[in-house]
Amino acid sequence: MIEVRVRHSWPGFTLDAGFTAPRGVTALFGRSGSGKTTILRAVAGLLDAEAAEVRVGGEDLSVLPAAARGVGYVFQDGRLFPHLSVAQNIDFAARFGRAVDAGTRAQIIEMLELGPLLARHPRNLSGGEVQRVAIARALVSAPRLLCMDEPLAALDAARRAQVLPYLERMRDVVDVPMLYVSHDAGEVARLATSLVVVRDGRIAASGPVEEVLADPDAVPALGPRAAGAVLQATVVDQDGPGGLTTLQLSGAQLRLPGVAAPVGARVRLRVAAQDIILARARPEGISALNVLEGRIVRVRMGDGPGAAVSFDVGGDRFLARITALSAREMALSPGAPIWAIVKATAFDPGGIGQ
Amino acid sequence: MMGLSPEIWAAVALSLRVSALATVVTLPLALGVAWLLVRRRFPGRALLDALVNVPLVLPPVVTGYVLLVAFGPQGALGGPLAAVGVEVAFRPLGAAIAAAVMAFPLMVRALKVAIEAVDPRLEEAAATLGAGRWAVFRRVTLPLALPGVAAAAILGFAKAMGEFGATITLVANIPFQTQTVPSAIYALLQVPGQEGAVVTLVCLTLALSLGALIAAEWFVRRWRSRDD
Repeated sequence: MIEVRVRHSWPGFTLDAGFTAPRGVTALFGRSGSGKTTILRAVAGLLDAEAAEVRVGGEDLSVLPAAARGVGYVFQDGRLFPHLSVAQNIDFAARFGRAVDAGTRAQIIEMLELGPLLARHPRNLSGGEVQRVAIARALVSAPRLLCMDEPLAALDAARRAQVLPYLERMRDVVDVPMLYVSHDAGEVARLATSLVVVRDGRIAASGPVEEVLADPDAVPALGPRAAGAVLQATVVDQDGPGGLTTLQLSGAQLRLPGVAAPVGARVRLRVAAQDIILARARPEGISALNVLEGRIVRVRMGDGPGAAVSFDVGGDRFLARITALSAREMALSPGAPIWAIVKATAFDPGGIGQ
Repeated sequence: MMGLSPEIWAAVALSLRVSALATVVTLPLALGVAWLLVRRRFPGRALLDALVNVPLVLPPVVTGYVLLVAFGPQGALGGPLAAVGVEVAFRPLGAAIAAAVMAFPLMVRALKVAIEAVDPRLEEAAATLGAGRWAVFRRVTLPLALPGVAAAAILGFAKAMGEFGATITLVANIPFQTQTVPSAIYALLQVPGQEGAVVTLVCLTLALSLGALIAAEWFVRRWRSRDD
């Protein structure tokens, strides 16, 4: 359990944020300039905040200097030491008495597939390799808390897709609580167990990632593009017509293209609120493959032209974002039956993870 | 070379010893001051920066005079030193002190540039890996600034080799005792018919300076390639 409270101000900006994070990956999500990185820097002791309290397992770390906190940090830009080899970078913290045992070190190197890179110098690594080494370096320092500041932001989409599975594996294998700063909802949906939404220096929403991303009340804080359901599904068929994969949800099935997981695998799936079309009657003769039948739970009229509709499909909670005009004209109200049309091509393969 | 008297050879030897001592003793101090000026914010930082540069803007003779007053037998520093048997004025040690004081600001300037070139974000990364302030300096800042540190040392050594005004004011120009190469050249120029010796001495100085430059370059290359 991590408890964080940070207060700091600059001319024109005040950060006042407090949250608790359970074990696992807690994503700090928000636009750039919202204060996410500042929170992370204060947690790691890199920023001397006006007031900061950082408790990990009950112990207050904020009285300690950065070097004594045992908080690992993966920076957006890697920051490998250019005068040291990859192996020397990874073992840097061992000089100061901070290292995992040899077996764990070997596991971390194996997990991130760094064996062939150990003798190389940082200048001879690709961007994705640099980030993998940076992650290994932080993990080998035996942190009690790991801060990751948009570790994928400096990479292009292809490299990001390469590194993401490593992060997923790390989340599942390594038992270190993590704070993960991101402004990418797909990344958050794949990696995080809980979510803290930061907006203008304050915490706008927090809770388990599935709940917050699908919460109609959190839509203004998340932004319309980020909101959407995060669901657990099982791959039941990989050989559908046209190369489609069939995923079993709690009470419905989805057919999607290009899910790279074997039959029987559990996957996490993000269905963005803006990719759902709602209908009051069962739609006939349409091209969309996925039509889900559900029941409206809640309708939230936004301050602008939008409305957020939360609905239940066989036990899974979905979120749709439609115009307020449609919501009124369709007379959507809680308890009413609803059909949701989800275009199969709307799914971002990057939003589907292990 | 053959035409040089033992007196001149003594001056060459003294200059080398004085410059080496001045550089070796001043370098760590200059490194510390440069680090403070670049990486720390503290009250009096601007004053320290100005103080460091004083010998650079004062006429060397004035610096020599100030040193003479301070290190003379009755001076604030010279008195206590004389009490424990250490004499500075008109002694080789004085030549080293004059050279050190004159070389110090140049070395600090070069070292500031070298430390400024080290990305402070790497130092931050080191701190998150458990490195305290000294360890960050020792393991990250210093290795990355090393070429600049070597350059600063060469600059300091060259300045010490060439120092004349403050040296001659503090320790005079006594053959076999306090006569450095610049003092010797000056003395030779006062005597008609010594142009040959002057030219030889000038060439010798040139060779020594170039030698120091090459040695430092070699050292940096070797240091950089030690992990490859």
